[in-house]
Amino acid sequence: MDGFWLAALKVLIAFALLFNIVLVLVWVERRLVARMQNRIGPNRAGPAGMLQTLADGLKLMFKESIDPRRAQLGIYLAAPVLALIPALLIFLIIPIGAPITIGDTTYDLQVTDLNIAVLYFLAMSSIAVYAIVLAGWSSGSKYPLLGSVRAAAQMISYEAALGLALVPVILYNRTTSLAEIVAAQGGTFFGIFPAWNIVLIPSFIVFLIAGFAETNRAPFDLVEAEQELVGGYHTEYSGFRFALFFLAEYINLFNISALTVVFFLGGWHGPVFGPTFLQYLLPIFWFLLKTAAVIFVFIWARASLPRMRYDQLMEFGWKRLIPLSLVWIMVVMVAVGLRRFGLPWS
Amino acid sequence: MTDRDIAMRHRSEVAVSVELETPGMTLNIGPQHPSTHGVLRLIANVDGERIISVQPVIGYMHRGYEKLSEVRTYVQITTLVNRIDWVAGFASEVPYIVAVERLMGVEPPERAQWIRLILSELARIASHLVFMSSYPLELGAITPLFHALRDRERVLELIEGVTGGRFHPNFNRVGGVKPAAGAGKQQRGVSQDIPAGWFAQTQSTMERIFGMCDDLDTLVVGNELFKARTVGVGIIPADRAIEYGLSGPNLRASGVPYDLRKVEPHLPYPEVEFNVISAESGDCHDRYVVRLNEIREAAKIVLQAVDKIPSGPLVAKVPRLIKVPKGQTYVRGENPKGEFGYYIISEGGQKPYRMKIRSTSFSNLSILPWILEGQLIPDLVAVMGSLDFVLGDVDR
Amino acid sequence: MTSKDTPKDTPKDTSKNIRFPFPGLFKGLGLTGKYLFKKPATVMYPDEKEIPVPRSRGVIALDTEACTVCMVCSRACPDWCIYIEGHKEEQQPEEPGGKVKVRAELDRFDIDYGLCMYCGICVDVCPFDALFWSPEYEYSEHEVVDLLHDKDRLTDWLGTVPDPPPLEPS
Repeated sequence: MDGFWLAALKVLIAFALLFNIVLVLVWVERRLVARMQNRIGPNRAGPAGMLQTLADGLKLMFKESIDPRRAQLGIYLAAPVLALIPALLIFLIIPIGAPITIGDTTYDLQVTDLNIAVLYFLAMSSIAVYAIVLAGWSSGSKYPLLGSVRAAAQMISYEAALGLALVPVILYNRTTSLAEIVAAQGGTFFGIFPAWNIVLIPSFIVFLIAGFAETNRAPFDLVEAEQELVGGYHTEYSGFRFALFFLAEYINLFNISALTVVFFLGGWHGPVFGPTFLQYLLPIFWFLLKTAAVIFVFIWARASLPRMRYDQLMEFGWKRLIPLSLVWIMVVMVAVGLRRFGLPWS
Repeated sequence: MTDRDIAMRHRSEVAVSVELETPGMTLNIGPQHPSTHGVLRLIANVDGERIISVQPVIGYMHRGYEKLSEVRTYVQITTLVNRIDWVAGFASEVPYIVAVERLMGVEPPERAQWIRLILSELARIASHLVFMSSYPLELGAITPLFHALRDRERVLELIEGVTGGRFHPNFNRVGGVKPAAGAGKQQRGVSQDIPAGWFAQTQSTMERIFGMCDDLDTLVVGNELFKARTVGVGIIPADRAIEYGLSGPNLRASGVPYDLRKVEPHLPYPEVEFNVISAESGDCHDRYVVRLNEIREAAKIVLQAVDKIPSGPLVAKVPRLIKVPKGQTYVRGENPKGEFGYYIISEGGQKPYRMKIRSTSFSNLSILPWILEGQLIPDLVAVMGSLDFVLGDVDR
Repeated sequence: MTSKDTPKDTPKDTSKNIRFPFPGLFKGLGLTGKYLFKKPATVMYPDEKEIPVPRSRGVIALDTEACTVCMVCSRACPDWCIYIEGHKEEQQPEEPGGKVKVRAELDRFDIDYGLCMYCGICVDVCPFDALFWSPEYEYSEHEVVDLLHDKDRLTDWLGTVPDPPPLEPS
């Protein structure tokens, strides 16, 4: 097949997959949180309430989109789109399954295998901040402004931790391509334990915590802290524009969880057996299962934890996470160096 | 000073000094805001997230109960006073009815007093459970809300089982509690005493409440993030608390073990054993823990009272038409939120000449401008929530 | 120390309360995790209903036979939401020469549930057993005016009045 059409097809599938995942994700989150709170959750629309998200989305589409009088209309309208685009773009580099070989051709189950994928991910997640900052600023209202100021500060501190958490992974796997990172996690230690990057535990923890902050979820959801800032940066957004923010938020949640799996939990690696078609499907299944487990942790934390304060969050980021990452990078550097070059005196 | 003037001033100032001074931003918090518990409005002057000064604006919910009381009979006023602090309706009825009884010189029978005691303590549990649920919510934890409100429902069911009303019991009558369903021949015989099985239900519910308190201990009090948000935040020193007229758990959290149930009881509190819960530092965390432990004490009181309640009539002999002789009195009681008092002036007749309500939340709220000065906006929410006020109680 | 120099919120390093490895945090997670596998407490309202207690003050039922149009309830109501109209009717004696009885006939008895505050004073004061509490609560309406229940509607509620609950032996 022609490379262009193949890429187009992949993008289309990625889009469809992503939007369906968000539909399910929102429903799963609401059901799970409800059960943790000893209630049922949405159960009226469709079987077990599965269509609730769709109904909510449709409702938002038909609602009036209000333009605040003091809004900077151009930026105000661009911000939700700007929030969605990086979220979609990040998904393009995630390998969701093992490469499939049909005939002579091998198809990668990712839209594009960038050789600088890690940097690309960090760049895209930085761009996502602009959407929130611009949305808050252009709304012409005070609560969104405070929300966007918080967003800027939060993202700056956690972007750094997020990036630093990935440096050991790059050092360890000696690549910045996600496909190769996953491939490098294929073997086993001592024949029993899968050789996932989870051995880099401090990095994993820092990445997960920074992931909470990146996705603006509890306990780091102060950008949209309802009890303090009403709705934060999206206070003045209504209708479909709000839906775009909402969509971006959940796609980000999925992205961060998927990337956690790619970087630390062995990507699509898992026991593979059976006939050929099963051998193609099982890696996808393992990948989604692992991602679901990480998402569950995010949901669980949201149901249990109160929100941190703005200054505490900054303090935690700069004074705890970043020094921890730096020390860990040094340890990994020494270890990798030793493995490669041997002891300096030998 | 207009924006332009400020801008001009700045320009001139920048010219002489490098220090750029930005004016504070006025942030209108409320009257419609998720954490103002209704319609409280705070005009905050903020510098970024730091609050320079705050000015509470109250009165959005003023319903004029003091004036309404002047044109209602004493019997009708009972229905008004339990709507002042609606999360603890029964507790605000009692001081009023005691005041009327004092003016008339009526002593309610033993059983009626014990029923009042039990229901007051149930109202205290219900009220504190609302706080237990709403306060973590204000700090961003959503789950305690559902757990606490689920068990509060069981407590409200108990109150409803006896009085017929969940929020507004209207069960107190001058001289006791509601004796019968009506005044007709048939209804007069239908006693409103405790229904069968109620005591057993109360005991099992109280066990449930103890379990709930333990759950809240794990879920909220022990949580490091909750501690980070509340320990050392919004400290009210004891002398400040007394100066501002704080009462109830807010005062006790500051280290003043002052409880009207011990100091000036008008119900048989001396006959039950309970501790006055107090803490030392007076921060938000202490205010939460004090209320949590007060639920446990209240549940203990209820369990004791259920065992000790004597039998007897529900109401003393009172004239059919309630007429209060000339006189005045002030009666105060320990409402869940603090000292709740009624000053009644009677000129004789069926209606009071004037009734002043000393509502708890109003006094407790008066410390807001002082305590919020210099706090951060997230702490504004934490501090304001920890004072546990109900807007109906503030505005009356 | 006077209150003047009482230090207000001395800025504290609150982060020292956050100590690795956050045992309280994980206990909280454990509790919510435990509830994940418990049965929800929700009552699915239109399908299953909680039965209110017999004394519950849901709606007021009227026995028109017993009512003598004495207006006691109407006057006792704190927010005057009971509207009563009636007229006197002469009943001719059955035997000639007997006394002419004057009987009050109820023309209108409306309770405006949009105003009613469910205090129950009207039921308390009724001297002829004409008013009863019923625990029925499902009478919400789309229009406010429909909350004004007339004589017939109030009489319909009479069937839902439960027997008084037995009392705790004392």
